[in-house]
Amino acid sequence: MTRTAVYEKLNKVFRDVFDDDSITVNDATTANDIEDWDSLEHINLMTSVQKAFKVKLTMGEISGLKNVGELVDILEKRA
Amino acid sequence: MIPSFNELKKAAKQSGEGMKTIRFAVVGDCATQHVSTALRGYAHTVGYHFDLFDADYNQLDAQTMDPGSELYAHSPAFTLLYNCTEKLYESYAALPMEGRGDFAERAYAAIAGRWERISSVISTRILQTNFPEEDDRVFGSYAFKVPGAFINQVRKLNVLLAEGAQSHKNVFIADAAGLRNELGREGFSDPGLYYLAKLPMKTDALPYFAKAVLDTVSAAEGRFRKCAVLDLDNTLWGGVIGDDGLEGIAIGELGTGHAFTDLQRWLKELRERGVILAVCSKNNEDTAKEPFEKHPEMVLHLSDISMFVANWEDKATNIRRIQSTLNIGMDSMVFLDDNPFERNLVRSLIPEITVPELPEDPAEYLSYLRSLNLFETASYSGEDRERTAQYQAEIGRAALMDQFADFDDYLKSLEMIAKAAPFDKFSYPRVSQLTQRSNQFNLRTVRYTEAEIEEIAESDKYLTLYFTLRDKFGDHGLISVVILEKRENKTLFIHEWLMSCRVLKRGMEEFIVNTILETAAEHGFETVTGEYLKTPKNAMVKDIYSRLGFTLTGEDGENRTYTASVSSFTPNKTLIAREIN
Repeated sequence: MTRTAVYEKLNKVFRDVFDDDSITVNDATTANDIEDWDSLEHINLMTSVQKAFKVKLTMGEISGLKNVGELVDILEKRA
Repeated sequence: MIPSFNELKKAAKQSGEGMKTIRFAVVGDCATQHVSTALRGYAHTVGYHFDLFDADYNQLDAQTMDPGSELYAHSPAFTLLYNCTEKLYESYAALPMEGRGDFAERAYAAIAGRWERISSVISTRILQTNFPEEDDRVFGSYAFKVPGAFINQVRKLNVLLAEGAQSHKNVFIADAAGLRNELGREGFSDPGLYYLAKLPMKTDALPYFAKAVLDTVSAAEGRFRKCAVLDLDNTLWGGVIGDDGLEGIAIGELGTGHAFTDLQRWLKELRERGVILAVCSKNNEDTAKEPFEKHPEMVLHLSDISMFVANWEDKATNIRRIQSTLNIGMDSMVFLDDNPFERNLVRSLIPEITVPELPEDPAEYLSYLRSLNLFETASYSGEDRERTAQYQAEIGRAALMDQFADFDDYLKSLEMIAKAAPFDKFSYPRVSQLTQRSNQFNLRTVRYTEAEIEEIAESDKYLTLYFTLRDKFGDHGLISVVILEKRENKTLFIHEWLMSCRVLKRGMEEFIVNTILETAAEHGFETVTGEYLKTPKNAMVKDIYSRLGFTLTGEDGENRTYTASVSSFTPNKTLIAREIN
């Protein structure tokens, strides 16, 4: 999957999970940038990402991501 | 369709304005925030607003041991105790291997101890999760020969919990184990989510769990389905009786007929449990009845059907007729029909009725219907089995009534006999059930568990009465409940009065009010007060007290207070004889 295609899909997932159509994420986006993105919502987000991209993330990946860029790196390779 | 977790999350954010508020608590030995969100959201989708206290991660003991805890301060009507198998396994593995033979009993004792502790502080219905039966595969299949093996212990524990729910009247099981079996391991849990967030159920499974919880809550709140209306051709049997004839329809143990036999068997079980069955078919009546009377392999017989309607009118009209004859709410009915056209017609003309979208293949009917859990109930008593016969007798009475010009003559001909008695332990289940089922003839609409009924019956603050009625067509059984609260100034307050609508307008209301006043006199009370609390369903009893000799003494919005003086009360006329005990 191309990086652009990943971002297109990923933005939809973010908007759906956080119920906010104005969200657009980029490589540098972190949990600090989105108000509701706490550890609980992180679980929902990761579940939704895995479903949307039909990939399985490992426990280490889910808990170790530093920013959206790192997630996109993984999805680019696997989805 | 079950909503997704994200949809529930959004629904949870709605205000819930205009919905009935229910105080709810979630306490678990794992993370509970996600399940709480799913419950809040699902409640909104079915019309309840949960005022929910979420104790957060692993608060089970802290919240239940401390009498001053937030759980107790919240005073929930329902308390979900959310346990997980992962934690159970930790305490199992902490025991020496040879000491595990009675692990299930010990785990049960801890859980039941918690129920009793909670119940000693607050009055709440407890929803206890049971345990998904995950085999640790330490012994392989040989585990079944090792009493202390985990799979044996967790299965035993689930049986003990079910038995515990049978002996603890306010405890209900939230069947996590059943859900795990239905969704499979991968559909139910995600090990990564458990390790990272201590979530025993993955978010995709939570909507199913929330539905099961809300089914139980709705039933306990008096909202459940009482009647299945059945189409015949290609629904109860394969083929068309009018075209294929008695020999041509598919029913029996062979071939495609077996699917219909199994569906009938299930409907028969429902009927035994007290669900009313009615037939609604586009057919000539004689043709439609022929299989019931003559086909040797029919499981359902005419005696199982409370009302049989076969004609060429449209089905919505016929369903309305069934509904008004049986005198039950449209929202308590389910309509089963293989024909999408009929289903859509009924759905669009009668939005309150439940119309399952039956699969095309009759082989799938039964498993689909079972998966919907249409007939949740909050109680079960022996009288439920008699319900079909009671409704059939009711139709006999209606036929008799047509023969009399004078209504009193008709009532006399029924030879009615009523009994009044204080609650006893045999009547607790039925009394409690009536408080949960009755919506229309119900003055204050207070719902009671069996345990609460027992408490009231044994308290010296109350006088209790239940009423039975029988006539020459049969026994209605226990049809009315009265709870009288002793108040100051020699006043008796009618804390609850409800009656089954089956016996409406026969003089039973008069008989009951007369009995209340007699009871008041016997116990030295001078005044009886009653109250009408309005609900969306009880308008029929709005004026009942003034009609039966009480005086209106207070009004608060739509709610009203009435009073009667014991010494000057004139008994109401009734044609019901009193049974002498």
